[in-house]
Amino acid sequence: MSNSINRRDFIKSGAALGGAATVGGLWPNIAIGQSGKIKVGLMLPYTGTFAQLGVAIENGFRLYLQEKGGKIAGREIEFFKVDDESDPAKAPENTNKLIQRDKVDLIVGTVHSGVAMGMIKLTRESGTLHIIPNAGAGAATGALCAPNVFRSSFSNWQAIYPLGKHVYDKGQKTAVWITWKYGAGEEAGQGFKEGFVKAGGKILKELYLPFPNVEFQALLTEIASIKPDAVACFFAGGGGAKFIKDYAAAGLKGKIPLYSSFLTDGVLEAVGNDAEGIETTMHYGDALNTKKDNAFRLGYAKAFKMQPDVYAVQGYDAAQLFAIGLEAVKGDINNKAGIIKAMEAAKIDSPRGAWTMSKAHNPIQDIYLRKVVGKENKVIGVAHKALADPARGCKMA
Amino acid sequence: MDFYSFLIQLLNGLQYGLLLFLVASGLTLVFGIMGIINLAHGSFYMIGAYMAWALAEQTGNFGLAVLLGIVLTVILGILLEAVFYRHLYKRDHLYQVLMTYGLILVFEELRSIIWGDDVHGVAVPALFSASIPLTDNLSYPVYRLAISAVCVLLALGMYLLIQRTRLGMMIRAGASNNEMVQALGINIKLIYTLVFALGVALAATAGMIAAPISSVFPNMGGQVLIICFVVVVIGGIGSVWGALLAALMIGLVDTFGKVLVPDYAGLSVYVLMAVVLLWRPEGLFKRG
Repeated sequence: MSNSINRRDFIKSGAALGGAATVGGLWPNIAIGQSGKIKVGLMLPYTGTFAQLGVAIENGFRLYLQEKGGKIAGREIEFFKVDDESDPAKAPENTNKLIQRDKVDLIVGTVHSGVAMGMIKLTRESGTLHIIPNAGAGAATGALCAPNVFRSSFSNWQAIYPLGKHVYDKGQKTAVWITWKYGAGEEAGQGFKEGFVKAGGKILKELYLPFPNVEFQALLTEIASIKPDAVACFFAGGGGAKFIKDYAAAGLKGKIPLYSSFLTDGVLEAVGNDAEGIETTMHYGDALNTKKDNAFRLGYAKAFKMQPDVYAVQGYDAAQLFAIGLEAVKGDINNKAGIIKAMEAAKIDSPRGAWTMSKAHNPIQDIYLRKVVGKENKVIGVAHKALADPARGCKMA
Repeated sequence: MDFYSFLIQLLNGLQYGLLLFLVASGLTLVFGIMGIINLAHGSFYMIGAYMAWALAEQTGNFGLAVLLGIVLTVILGILLEAVFYRHLYKRDHLYQVLMTYGLILVFEELRSIIWGDDVHGVAVPALFSASIPLTDNLSYPVYRLAISAVCVLLALGMYLLIQRTRLGMMIRAGASNNEMVQALGINIKLIYTLVFALGVALAATAGMIAAPISSVFPNMGGQVLIICFVVVVIGGIGSVWGALLAALMIGLVDTFGKVLVPDYAGLSVYVLMAVVLLWRPEGLFKRG
């Protein structure tokens, strides 16, 4: 018995260790001046449905760094990774790990809009530089916009707004809108309706499913009885794949054309022929065939032994955006105002095509019109040149 | 909604309900006989779906994949029962919930390691790939009707097994008084193992035959689990007939809810559950 540690002692020694670690932790921070490593926190989904997206974003970020020889403005980058599990309930805790414990200079995150909104609340307070590499929630660069929060991807509204006019111009005057009843779906719905109604179209009915329900049969029957000229939707991932298949199985494919923004990304292998011909609008696509995109695709395939997607591009651009900021202040990470100013003025030479920052810190970018051909989301034109998100409610805009 | 669309929606509702029954029947069976709350039930559904996909890719034949899959999941069920579930029969429900929740995490991780995180499609078997035209622009996939037929057959088979066979008699006896059954010289341990394996196989079969219409994707088990519990609770915990009736009710309420009150579509099923529970707190059927 004498050599066993009792519980109280165990707790005490734990507390002592913890204390020592905290005190010890202070030293390096004081010692590091302008020459130490830049700390970049990656808060991305590494498990769950969005795991692949998280990996693609990180790969994209690392690819740009690699092109720069591993350094930005002469300073090395040290990564701190946190798996956000796409769980909004864990967002505050996970964000704090990076802000408080690791004291990172930049946070990159994340995919899931709910988690990203949780992150913003904390980064707005702490003032930590924050780049959102995917989440399209309008409020991030709208009502909750902040000087230190940037987005390298898109807003839900932005990706689908040009679709409305395109559908109307093709001669389809009436449409049914269908989506999951959740934030991203409703924001995309607003974007589509705005574009379609402004062009002169009429929305006959809006249909909703609770997220992430995938029993579409009843709504497809409803669509068939309403007989609109077109159907527009917002679904993604597994649910998107199922919607495409059910739409075809119900015999609607080829009778009522289907449109969307994200629907067809990452699911073309799974749905086979059923997606053929679906037109979508997005800020990236296959067969862009520009010099920059070809080089990016080749480099990515070489480095990671897989094909890049839109998420990889957004990660790549997040790194570019940060690099522009840091280079402008010659690596002085403490000059936050200088970094932000440079990032705001940045012109990003992206694989998707060049884009600039809006006043609300969302990309002003071309939205492409794409069509599913074989296993590709083939770009067939530009649906809207240099489109900016309206940034409703943002005081900086 | 005209009368003709009403009929089609009725068909949609029944068809969805039958599929729900197939998934939920294993859950209610295992609870009814062995008193186990099995949160990992949805994982078996997912495992079935992924097996259907992987085996169909390997063998090139969906029917063969399903048969192989059923054999494999029965073996999996027997192993799981022997290693994990057996120790839970006498324990409090809290232990069961904890362990089976842990199993969900384990199965998700294993799925990610073995099969990855991609979304996959499974081709509808050629025999059922046709569609029946119902209106000028709507047709009904034959495969959906085939699923309904399979569900009806399985429901019938379960009824015959439990009510009309000697094994079924032992199962029912074991559910009401397992010590007495043991005293009469019946190997109740073996029966429990069989029932559990049957429960796993039912869930996995549901996953397999639903795979061609639902696609195969991570976390698909979680979605199914919740609605399964609603079915079981409305039907009366442990009652197979209750589960069938409840599944059909939910199928209809969900279908018409989505069409008639799209803004509150997510609520309709839960409103039904609340109403049933207010009226009959133990569900439609008490364990029978």
